[in-house]
Amino acid sequence: MEVIIAKGLIKDYNHTRAVDNIDFAIKKGECFGFLGPNGAGKTTVMRMLYCATIPTEGEIKVFGMDIQSNGSTIKSRIGVMPQDDNLDLELTVIKNLIVYARYFDIPPKVSKKMAWQLLEYVDLTAKADTTIKTLSGGMKRSLLLARALINSPEILILDEPTTGLDPHSRHNVWDKLKDLQKNSTTLILTTHYMEEAETLCDMVAIMDKGKIVEVDSPKRLMERYGGNLEQVYLRLTGKRLEGDLV
Amino acid sequence: MNIKRAFRVWQRHFAVYTRLYRSSIALNFVEPALFLVAFGIGLGAFVKEIEGIPYIKYIAPGIIASSSMFAATYECTYGTYVRMTFQKTFDAILATPVNVNDLIAGELMWGATKSMFYGTIIIIAISAFRLVDSPLVVAVIPVLFISGLIFAEISIICASIVPGIDSFNYFYTLFITPMFLFSGIFFPLNVLPPTVAKIAFWTPLYHLTNICRSIAWGKTDYVIQSLIWLIGVACLIAPVSFILMKKRIMK
Repeated sequence: MEVIIAKGLIKDYNHTRAVDNIDFAIKKGECFGFLGPNGAGKTTVMRMLYCATIPTEGEIKVFGMDIQSNGSTIKSRIGVMPQDDNLDLELTVIKNLIVYARYFDIPPKVSKKMAWQLLEYVDLTAKADTTIKTLSGGMKRSLLLARALINSPEILILDEPTTGLDPHSRHNVWDKLKDLQKNSTTLILTTHYMEEAETLCDMVAIMDKGKIVEVDSPKRLMERYGGNLEQVYLRLTGKRLEGDLV
Repeated sequence: MNIKRAFRVWQRHFAVYTRLYRSSIALNFVEPALFLVAFGIGLGAFVKEIEGIPYIKYIAPGIIASSSMFAATYECTYGTYVRMTFQKTFDAILATPVNVNDLIAGELMWGATKSMFYGTIIIIAISAFRLVDSPLVVAVIPVLFISGLIFAEISIICASIVPGIDSFNYFYTLFITPMFLFSGIFFPLNVLPPTVAKIAFWTPLYHLTNICRSIAWGKTDYVIQSLIWLIGVACLIAPVSFILMKKRIMK
């Protein structure tokens, strides 16, 4: 069953076309990756999925509902881990989660319990009462992941979840995401790391200049085009993925 | 727009504020105190009285108005801009069931609340120094919320069109400071050419000053007219601030 269906999506910023007429469908429980270099339009697609950017043309249905008219209902069932760190810098780690839970109308008693469970899950209980400034980059990513899970989302959107992390922290995040996959959470992520796509994704959409040039499972892509995912990407787009050291 | 979700945004700002208020309260409270001392006592030594009232007592109710104005404008220019661009707080909030209109309503409500709060502090302070005649001065407090909404709306409009944070200097130099000086806080406007009084009539601070002064002296002159003016303008500008800010946020 498809939880997200997008048809004819276009997004123009001033005179540049960031997303150029793309279609995709994402099944429940699947991990769907958008793979592409910076500027390929991945973040714009993610933002359109959680109603933070309005498509110039085309339609998106999430849980069978149109995002324009059912934004709040849809957003109450999804979690978003953004690319930029947008935590509340002035608040403590635990308070960040509790304040965020309020947006979902989670009662304080429940959210407090939930916040502690999530901090335990991402290994941040020792930091609960410290401010965001004292956290390392990896810890901030972990907290953003915890925050995205506060409403027990059915769909989790992850925009470059491991960019800028050291290999150890990166594997940490991957382990958490694999756990979520087992619980049949639908994962949608953007990445420019081949290894990330290969490890996590059931389906990969390769993006270049706002277009989806190919969609398939990583395994089938490698069979069809030969070589590893990096080579498939190179063949399809004529470029190497920047920042990828695999 | 959903008022409950707008209130969630208000609650977020309140949570942040209660952690930071020690450093920001000085900005909004020490400054009006300085004005009162410098003008009321310093200049007051020469001016003595205006319209038969000791000068410090003449300007004190006006400081309620200006202090509440600055609280809302700082909050919804610099504060809103920082949350929107540098801290990306808006992105975080918009990924939740809170929609863009709820978010803007929350910003406005918070700006108006701060306006009311800082005006109330001045009311308490000048009452303690016996600079008001009537206990009715507490009736000014709800009015401060309405005028606070106007100042917040104007500031949000400004924040929605500025190219960068430095551009707020224009807003303050060309709009807020002249309003502060020529809204009848420091001297009656009839000493200036009639044009100035005519322009002042179109500023919210002029009407708020009228209301504060009348009520603080236990009178009711101008109160109803100015209150209607404030409510009308708050309602008129609101849609503009929503439309422009929504355009800026959603791109």
